[in-house]
Amino acid sequence: MPLEIAQRVDAKGLACPMPIVKTAQAVKSMASGQLLEVLATDAGSTKDFAAWCKTTGNELVESSAEGGVYRFVLRRK
Amino acid sequence: MTAVAEPPMAVADEPSVAPAPVTGDGGATKAKDVLIILYSGDLEKTWAAMILASTSAAMGVKTRVFVTFWGLPTFIKDSRRITGDNWMQKMLAFMKRPGMSHRKMSTMNFMGMGPWMLHCLAKQYKAAGPKELLEVAQALGVEFIPCQMTMDLFGLKREDFIEGMGEPVGAATVIGLMTEGSAPLFI
Repeated sequence: MPLEIAQRVDAKGLACPMPIVKTAQAVKSMASGQLLEVLATDAGSTKDFAAWCKTTGNELVESSAEGGVYRFVLRRK
Repeated sequence: MTAVAEPPMAVADEPSVAPAPVTGDGGATKAKDVLIILYSGDLEKTWAAMILASTSAAMGVKTRVFVTFWGLPTFIKDSRRITGDNWMQKMLAFMKRPGMSHRKMSTMNFMGMGPWMLHCLAKQYKAAGPKELLEVAQALGVEFIPCQMTMDLFGLKREDFIEGMGEPVGAATVIGLMTEGSAPLFI
């Protein structure tokens, strides 16, 4: 199933908690079911995004890391 | 008669013998809200409070920050230099400069060299500073509530504070929030 990204957040270089904060702000403007892609370089973000999704109820569709860049795809609940 | 009536009453008072709210996944008990009591005016503690407050709000948790004692002058406008009505209150403001931009470190302050270096490092590693985080927190709906008693003690008026500060309250409100299930955090 091809994933159609509705919005992107580039949080590369930003330190905690700004990737999460920017994600929360972006998700607010999205419709339910839409996908958000987040790129981050903060080493704590893999756990942080999982925790954020668990608490907020949004779905973590994809979580990957490549060359120090973490990529997350989230589905707005 | 009363002795017979009492035991069933006591049982009725505790309908849930099982531990109260438990989530479906993981079984972690979840607090409804987060309540940060910011007592300190130190740069590093204020910074930590701003990080936690903005993150908590970003996670969709209702977040309140009760600002009291040394934490209160932090929320005075940066442009205000001397506050208070009498000489003691004015002296206090003179010795401890109010405003988020004028926080000192509890250790290694070195006449402002410490905070300056910390801000340099934060810029280098793209960590948001306390002032930026305060703005983010306010934009995300974090409620900053001043302590009425400290306001009286320091001679502070509501117009001394930055925009968007909540209604001043007392300790009873804070304890009330805790008993209603707010996760408390004293910084």
